Amino acid sequence: MYVPEKVVTNDDLAQLVDTNDEWIQKRVGIKERRIAVTETTADMGYEAAKAALDNAGISPDELDLILGATVSGDDISPSLACMVQNKLGATCLAYDVNAACSAFLFLLETAAGYFARGAKNVLVVGAERMSRIVDWSDRGTCVIFGDGAGACVLSAGDNYHDSIFTVRGGDDVIKIPAAPGKSPFWQGETPEPFVRMNGQETFKYAVTAIANDVNALLERNNLTLDDIRWIVPHQANYRIIESASKRGGIPMEKFYLNIDRFGNTSSASVPIALDELNRAGKLDRGDKIILTAFGGGLANAACLLTW
Amino acid sequence: MTNEMILEKLAAIIAEKIDSDPADIKAETTFEELGVDSLDITDIAMSIEDEFGFEVEVDQKLVTVGDLVALVAAHE
Repeated sequence: MYVPEKVVTNDDLAQLVDTNDEWIQKRVGIKERRIAVTETTADMGYEAAKAALDNAGISPDELDLILGATVSGDDISPSLACMVQNKLGATCLAYDVNAACSAFLFLLETAAGYFARGAKNVLVVGAERMSRIVDWSDRGTCVIFGDGAGACVLSAGDNYHDSIFTVRGGDDVIKIPAAPGKSPFWQGETPEPFVRMNGQETFKYAVTAIANDVNALLERNNLTLDDIRWIVPHQANYRIIESASKRGGIPMEKFYLNIDRFGNTSSASVPIALDELNRAGKLDRGDKIILTAFGGGLANAACLLTW
Repeated sequence: MTNEMILEKLAAIIAEKIDSDPADIKAETTFEELGVDSLDITDIAMSIEDEFGFEVEVDQKLVTVGDLVALVAAHE
């Protein structure tokens, strides 16, 4: 993982918009977030990728594929994965998958297809500079997001057991418009290119997604929560996890949470959490874990794997 | 179901969400007094769906717990 050095506290945000530390902590569960000052999305993706490769003891030329995910890339093209490939000096296939905050799980699923066709090593990386695409005058969204990147090196094996993917296409709940452009012919709307969310609908969708997906995975694999070391959710909002915990009968202690320190880093949140767990010695070989994510698309996903 | 019975069930749901005493939640209590925000309302609406078996539209302006009771009673 890689996160920018700059820490932005809730008190810092209270200087920009009408909000306060107590409200943000209580209502969203965030104390601080990292914000890029000079790092680009590709820089962060590269740093996370390099750390993952070092940790795995695998060199860039051993990679068969690099899969990237971002909603806040530096460029529409080249993709994040292409720029990570460039910076690593790798020569393998590289492309991005767009599934917003759930994208990391979509990368794992895509990688599974390549492993089935003989790939040996795949690098998956989620990197976000959300600070570029939030409206810093909107207190409802600017307090939520943070910047950072997470990456994992996957190797062929049989530890990816099961997954659930659901897409309900539509732009009424979560939307990030693209840059409006300057076409002299365009007569349609030109929305600002910032994250827009219907908070209530997002909440309902996310809570239901986590509770249903986690329980469905357990049930169809004949497992109970006792068999699962961690549930690693997309870190969107503490209250979403809290409500999903009650609704799904999943104790809060099962969820690994770091939203208090990093905020919502979209596609980077799950791999950042995994790296933290791993480096803290809180994940051992053989541990079963469930990853669960939800976001724009709408797209939600969960998967069961053995570390 | 009478409005009193609905209020009793709603008070239990709301109290559980915000860690308060159901006895303190009356029909005239406002959501503002309870410190309930839009996400709490959504959370409460989801529990109403579980409890009563129908979805309530919460995007309209609800001021008091009594307003919510009336909304549920209208669906009954």
